[in-house]
Amino acid sequence: MATAEVTTERPGSPEEAAKLLRSLGEAGKAVRVRGGGTKLDWGGIGEPVAVELEMGGMAKILEHNVGDLTAVLQAGVPFAEAQAAFAEEGQMLALDPPLGEAEAATVGGVIATADSGPLRHRYGGARDLIVGISLALSDGTLAKAGGKVIKNVAGYDLAKLFTGSQGTLGLIVGVTVRLHPKPEGTATAVGASDDAEQLAKAATLLAGLPLEADSLDAAWQDGSGRLLARFGGATAAEQAEAAAEHMREAGLDGVQALEDDEELWADLRAAQRAARGEAGDEASGRGRGASLKVSARITDLGPAIRTAEAAGGSLVSRAAHGLSWITLDSGDLVRRVAGVRDALQPRPVVLLDGPAELRRELDPWGPLDPGALVVMKRLKERFDTTRIFRPGAFVGGI
Amino acid sequence: MSSAPEISHAGEPAPLAEAPPRDLAPLVAELRAAVGDDWVYTQEHQLRTYESDGLLQYHVIPGAAVLPGSAAEVQAVVRACAQADVPWVARGAGSGLSGGALPISDGILIVLSRLKRVLDVDLENQRVCVEPGVTNLAVTAAVAPQLFYPPDPSSQIVCSIGGNLAENSGGAHCFKYGFTTNYVCGIELVLPDGEMIQLGGKELDPLGYDLLGAFVGSEGTLGIATKAWLRVMPAPETTRTLVSFFDTTRQAGEVVSEIVQAGIVPGAIEMMDELAIQASEEMAHAGYPVGRGAALLIELDGAERECEARFDEVVAICEKCGSDDVRVAKDEAERQLFWKSRKAAFPAMGRLSPNYFVQDGVIPRTKLPEVLERLDELSEEYGMRVANVFHAGDGNLHPLVCYDGRVEGEAEKAEELSGLILDACLDAGGSITGEHGVGVDKKKHMPKMFDEPDLAAFQMLRCAFDPAGLANPGKVMPTPRLCGEVPGPYRIHPLEAAGLAERF
Repeated sequence: MATAEVTTERPGSPEEAAKLLRSLGEAGKAVRVRGGGTKLDWGGIGEPVAVELEMGGMAKILEHNVGDLTAVLQAGVPFAEAQAAFAEEGQMLALDPPLGEAEAATVGGVIATADSGPLRHRYGGARDLIVGISLALSDGTLAKAGGKVIKNVAGYDLAKLFTGSQGTLGLIVGVTVRLHPKPEGTATAVGASDDAEQLAKAATLLAGLPLEADSLDAAWQDGSGRLLARFGGATAAEQAEAAAEHMREAGLDGVQALEDDEELWADLRAAQRAARGEAGDEASGRGRGASLKVSARITDLGPAIRTAEAAGGSLVSRAAHGLSWITLDSGDLVRRVAGVRDALQPRPVVLLDGPAELRRELDPWGPLDPGALVVMKRLKERFDTTRIFRPGAFVGGI
Repeated sequence: MSSAPEISHAGEPAPLAEAPPRDLAPLVAELRAAVGDDWVYTQEHQLRTYESDGLLQYHVIPGAAVLPGSAAEVQAVVRACAQADVPWVARGAGSGLSGGALPISDGILIVLSRLKRVLDVDLENQRVCVEPGVTNLAVTAAVAPQLFYPPDPSSQIVCSIGGNLAENSGGAHCFKYGFTTNYVCGIELVLPDGEMIQLGGKELDPLGYDLLGAFVGSEGTLGIATKAWLRVMPAPETTRTLVSFFDTTRQAGEVVSEIVQAGIVPGAIEMMDELAIQASEEMAHAGYPVGRGAALLIELDGAERECEARFDEVVAICEKCGSDDVRVAKDEAERQLFWKSRKAAFPAMGRLSPNYFVQDGVIPRTKLPEVLERLDELSEEYGMRVANVFHAGDGNLHPLVCYDGRVEGEAEKAEELSGLILDACLDAGGSITGEHGVGVDKKKHMPKMFDEPDLAAFQMLRCAFDPAGLANPGKVMPTPRLCGEVPGPYRIHPLEAAGLAERF
């Protein structure tokens, strides 16, 4: 790819962005939207793009409606900046994706990739927290859907359609999100096991209890695993202690309840994107690793751990959601990724981070219902009429 | 739910183009072949049952009604309609409140009440798979007592999951738990061209665009779900409920704000004003003090320790904000009585007024005092009583506009007032519907909330699912629209389409 030919545009307003898109559409120039650049690997290689649309010019927090627990944000707002503003009022956007803190992930990037972290256990994903959206389409129109209230069924839910659309349908200009109170105190119960089956059993047990945990994650690395349940609120420590008791009953080792738990969860979030941290070093010829997202079931945790281990990888799992992230270090990735997919099929296994060679070699998305794909292709045709948004990078070559 | 009589402008959606009435006979013969003679109705006395949904002021007799008995039969029916180019409307339990299931006079009504099997209960994975005719309450019944299905619309005894999907139903507990869309992880879907596809399943995050998110709440305009995989959750360890009375709705509103600002997320916060308290007491006899200005029903559920600690805080907030009458439910029986009183507020209004409209609007919760003031002004201006029942946590208002349908012009006046209430909600930054849907009833209000480019974007979505415009036409969008040709250079290759045709 001739990356040198990519120009950068930085529209300063939705109107400017719409105008730019229209002219790109008329010229047939493909565009890629860039937020903080923390997930540039994701998706297929696709066709070469002529323009990178950088979102730094649309990075304002337009409204923080404290009493209503909502906020209206331009898509380019750094995620960490928005969270800091909400935290001043004791509130949060209940999303904690990896790299959402110190690094430069933007609100729009998190929404467009539907990225999530451990808080998803309690609050759902990006799709569950977005109540309104503003869009710029490739024909130059600005459109909106949803509203500014947390309950609303007027019109079609384009906010969900664009959440996770990977920048392939149109430009997300801004979003309205639902906020939640930020718990004053947190505490975490953590237990360990070297036995994947035992860990999985304990995870299934805790997932089925009415604990109201904020997060329930399992993690596995180098032959040993942990289960972590985090609580927030007035009685966080007592709740963590109660969960610890359940972990002991389930036979986990070294069970304890910790109040100083921030680092523990920061490490888990980082582990979800560990492959990215393993930056390639071209001088030494050492390649980059890969991260895979597995959409499975609660009871699939045991097989997911065994599969990760067989491939020489580590795993982080939202235990009650059946979602797992497997990290593979560098080396022989095509074969190892294929091995993971084979072992876990028919569960979807998406390649997120990974070197370009790997994404050229295999489809990062994997197969999906052909009838559903037809509808998705029609959506692409209708929304991105000039087919300029990351052509070829999404499922089925969309 | 509304006891409104017919009003004059009620009618069917305008046809897309002037055309002679369709001859449905050949299609009806095909439908009979597909589902059996017994399940196709064409006689007026059979069709009368289906002329309205829960919103009785709209009524249209469908050209024919068909009751398929399986997903395959639904597919055959939809395909036959597509081939005959005849529009159709899907209907679940018919309890909807926006005329979303209003039939088309020369179209087919597809009634899904025979598809009522619970297909799979997977407690360990917290999933239930049901057919669309299964009632909302039956989902929780299938997984109780360990698990429950959170969306709980007040019609949950009768309303069906298919209808819940179409309307993205909420309920009293959605402030904490969310809506139907947050609990659907998969569907089997018959598209308007008769193709059958699967979106998601037991697993979360299916590949590609979030078609599930687009489908739920689309009011029957994108296809018919023939199966739904639903997420169920561990039932809360404990539930604490109280009712608290105040002199003014403003005081009650302050309680709601204080609770939310304290970081407490109750399962439910329901508010009733003076007139609603009076109505509900006449029916439920819970010993509520008639004449008080406002009542709050507050329910906390969850982990026992947290719930107990927070509940004490809530009681303290109620007292601080001016309540001298806080009643904590001693047991499940008393809790049920509190809820009965709240739910009685709608039907009980019939005792205070010959007729009433139920409105459904949303406001940002902090705007409650000024919107209530506006409602009072409107009520005075029109000389009509307006009772208020709110899902206060999420700002969802259900004003009940009382009128006497026997008096010439009153129904029209009440409807006008009802519309102005929505304007007040929009002026406050809210929405024209929080849970009842747009259907046929509110499509005329859509342009107040959405501009032309927004509506055009909605139509793009609709056309991707239903290019021929056969699925529930005349609903949601303010004016009928055609899809037209796809612009741009990118097309699905004919071979691709041919390959798919073989697959199904």
